[in-house]
Amino acid sequence: MNVEFAVNGRTYRRDIEDRRLLSDVLRHDLGLRGTHVGCEHGVCGACTVLVDGVASRSCLLLAVQVAGCEILTVEGLADPAGTLSPLQVAFSTHHGLQCGFCTPGILATATEALERGELTSRAAITDLLSGHLCRCTGYVGIIEAIADAAGLPPESERAL
Amino acid sequence: MGQQTQDLVPLSGFVFTMSEPMEATETKPSWVGRGITRVEDDPLLRGREWFIDDIDPLPHAGHAAIVRSPFAHAQIRSIDVSAALAVDGVIGVVTGAEIAAITQPFPSVLDVPIDYRPAAYECVRFAGEPVAVVVARDRYVAEDAAALVVVDYDPQPVVADPASAAEPTAIRLHAATTSNVVSDRTFRYGDPEQAFATAVLVVRRRFRHPRNSATPVETYGVIANWDESRGGVDAWANFQGPFTLHGVAAAALGIPASKLRLCTPPASGGSYGIKSAVFVYVVLMAAVSRVLGIPVRWTEDRGEHLLASSSATERLTEIAAGFDADGKLVALDLDLLDDVGAYVRAPEPATLYRMHGCLTGAYDVQNLAVRSRVVVTNRAPTGLNRGFGGPQLYYPLERTMMIAAGELGLDHAELIRRNLVRSEQMPYRAAAGAIYDSGDYLRCFDEALELADYDELLAFRDAKRAQGRLVGIGLAVVVEPSVSNMGYISLAQPAEVRARGLPKTGNSEGVSIAMGPHGGVTVRFTSTPQGQGHRTVAAQIVADALGVSLEDVDVRTEADTSANPWTVSSGNYSSRFSAVVASAIHHAATLLADRLKTLAAHELGCPPEAVVLSDGKARSSDDGERSISIRRLAGGAHWNPAGTGAVGDVGGLALTATYTIPLPEPDADDRCNTSAVYGFIADVAIVEVDAETGQVQVLRYATVHDAGRILNPLIADGQMMGGLAHGLGAALLEEHRYDEDGNLMTASFLDYLPPTATELPPVRHRAIETPSPTTPLGAKGLGEGNTMSAPACLANAVADAIGIDAVPIPLTPARVWALLQGEAE
Repeated sequence: MNVEFAVNGRTYRRDIEDRRLLSDVLRHDLGLRGTHVGCEHGVCGACTVLVDGVASRSCLLLAVQVAGCEILTVEGLADPAGTLSPLQVAFSTHHGLQCGFCTPGILATATEALERGELTSRAAITDLLSGHLCRCTGYVGIIEAIADAAGLPPESERAL
Repeated sequence: MGQQTQDLVPLSGFVFTMSEPMEATETKPSWVGRGITRVEDDPLLRGREWFIDDIDPLPHAGHAAIVRSPFAHAQIRSIDVSAALAVDGVIGVVTGAEIAAITQPFPSVLDVPIDYRPAAYECVRFAGEPVAVVVARDRYVAEDAAALVVVDYDPQPVVADPASAAEPTAIRLHAATTSNVVSDRTFRYGDPEQAFATAVLVVRRRFRHPRNSATPVETYGVIANWDESRGGVDAWANFQGPFTLHGVAAAALGIPASKLRLCTPPASGGSYGIKSAVFVYVVLMAAVSRVLGIPVRWTEDRGEHLLASSSATERLTEIAAGFDADGKLVALDLDLLDDVGAYVRAPEPATLYRMHGCLTGAYDVQNLAVRSRVVVTNRAPTGLNRGFGGPQLYYPLERTMMIAAGELGLDHAELIRRNLVRSEQMPYRAAAGAIYDSGDYLRCFDEALELADYDELLAFRDAKRAQGRLVGIGLAVVVEPSVSNMGYISLAQPAEVRARGLPKTGNSEGVSIAMGPHGGVTVRFTSTPQGQGHRTVAAQIVADALGVSLEDVDVRTEADTSANPWTVSSGNYSSRFSAVVASAIHHAATLLADRLKTLAAHELGCPPEAVVLSDGKARSSDDGERSISIRRLAGGAHWNPAGTGAVGDVGGLALTATYTIPLPEPDADDRCNTSAVYGFIADVAIVEVDAETGQVQVLRYATVHDAGRILNPLIADGQMMGGLAHGLGAALLEEHRYDEDGNLMTASFLDYLPPTATELPPVRHRAIETPSPTTPLGAKGLGEGNTMSAPACLANAVADAIGIDAVPIPLTPARVWALLQGEAE
């Protein structure tokens, strides 16, 4: 099927087999390797991209479904001059990534939530992250990074 | 989550006490010890790093899909590939029989007649075992065609659990063996019989450690090409070592090891031990490439990964612990049965022996009896998984100590205190031969109690219990070994058999370091990191040694056995980076610094010993005013070596050096210092169990580590917290469950549940730094850490909460609820 869609501001026209996954088109047809595939059944969240601003599992979407959509992948998070977004910087500052394989999907999800202003507490961040698996960090650095980007103050422990 | 715990802990309960970055002291600023952010991060954050599925080193590679057995045990009557071959875009189909014809059985640590190949022929022995490989122009077509391969199976009786597989009457998996128990060794240290005879209390219990897996988010991937002219193979894989397995792969391919060029991509999406077993698929894809005459690439899917990649062993332990009237542990008896799956895949049965030297854990007890058995079952082969043998040991040992405290009428903490190895005993030789190099276990344990506010926990528990709530406290203390002694695995053979073979004591790492004409430094080594920040820490070490800035140091860690220095010990396992790889980096950088000092001495007119390298300059300590830039020295060495006074290689600024920690081979009495250095961890946890749902809520987790000198606290904290998450998952959630027919019941991430952010507890953490006398930087490993201790600590806490001794892990809500209903397993 002939489809047209935009990725990170660039328009692509492609003749795509109906069954081809968006994740495969991004990675193998467009060369945007930053979108990672970890489970191909929609659980791990590594392949998450923004489709018209909404965090979506690219392994659960057929590429033909995004005809006419604007897609943002991890490659599009830095500004045009290449400066990392505050969220990306915070991930490094707080050691929110180790192997980095799950990171692009988490960045996509957090970018959407930050833009919507939804992250008003650490509970909201934890809840947001429940759709992503990270096996390296134990999530602590990720939560701190997102909290930093959301402007939340450091949290002190609550009593038992 | 039960409603009743809502008032106790916030959903976002993360409080993680990060280590304070160390101040640079002395006049010379030190990069080592500072929690600097990682050089690895930038390309990962931009999506511009290269993982195995991103690279295309051999254009026009065919895409492979693997046909796998749906049966755990069956004879293969026939395979019909005609329909698959008829699919447009299919390049070829290669069956297990064709692969068997051009491969050799994988060499095994054990001398047993088991024919293990990368794909089955004649007989399949676990569900998910490869039986054929389809190669096509893309993965979609390959998977279409794989579904059309028709295999006629004759199902056989299945032995799906270790206890029944070990029965003398069990169906044997391998006809040429006499038993499914393929290794059975006994060990005796001190006088355990006498000590048990005099003990006032002997606690005997049985434990089962389930199969689980760290499930890296990136699955296996391989690209391989058979080079007919060279009679060799070029392969890329997200392999993590140990590079002993490189030789195993070459032997299976029937080629000299020097003809197997094995490379890793710049990045790997996590491993935690699991990706060591990708070597089997290197052999499989190389063999397929040989048959089809084209390069072949394969990326595993998640279902394949859960079904057939690797996991921790299931271990059945029967433990007896004898105590005297003072609560002193006087004897330990461990009967261990490890289920390694259908084949004894190298490096198994290493899970059984990795901890052998330190089987007595953190306790001072010299009387030890051990029986170590290996059993094959109709399940996927096992292998490295974070903690590797540690969780299997400490869950029984630490549960038993808590049970003993109850029977002795002692507080658990008091029993631990009475039995910990004392700092004045360091270096301490454990009963089975480990030499604990350093540490103050008692202080570390007391700091953990203080950090946890143990008295507050006790008061809180008792107050809640008075209200009828199920609150419990758990403790665990563990010795964390790092840098494996390659000789430990030979403990699987009796001393007289070992004596016939070559001695093994390896742990070395090699490092290449070079300074270019502008003073920039490149460093290469084969530690195959998967997120542990090796490049950052290496740059810190090199910058310190050479007096250059971090930006001047470019570290590459992609493996290439045809170009990098490496040894059989290379790789990323047994937490070996901080202790031995860092030592090798320090060693190589120091040798290069010595060469720079020689060059500088010539320029400055002072002895080389008087030259100090710092801030990009070489200075004479005799005359601080005189200096020369390192860049200038490097330029001279490259462009005008004759003018530097250099003779031979003295002026050369490129070198390769190998570093080894001297370790003994196992002695004739089976004592073995199984690792180079030993850290210590003390954990305290408090949990509440929801009586209605069986849900376990961890209210606070405190842990104190002593891993020697911390090279980068930011990265160390990340390792610590990641290890704790694995331990928590193992304690509460994760298990590869099989049915009686050997089918894996947890074959997707909907059924196999790693922890998400909502399951992680509030954590208090502290690091104590007792420098190791064994390593030049004083560092020990810490990467496995709480993976070893958390299952024991949390099991203890749940047992305390519900007042039941037998708490099988993982303590899922269903299991805990059943325990509360009085249903013992």
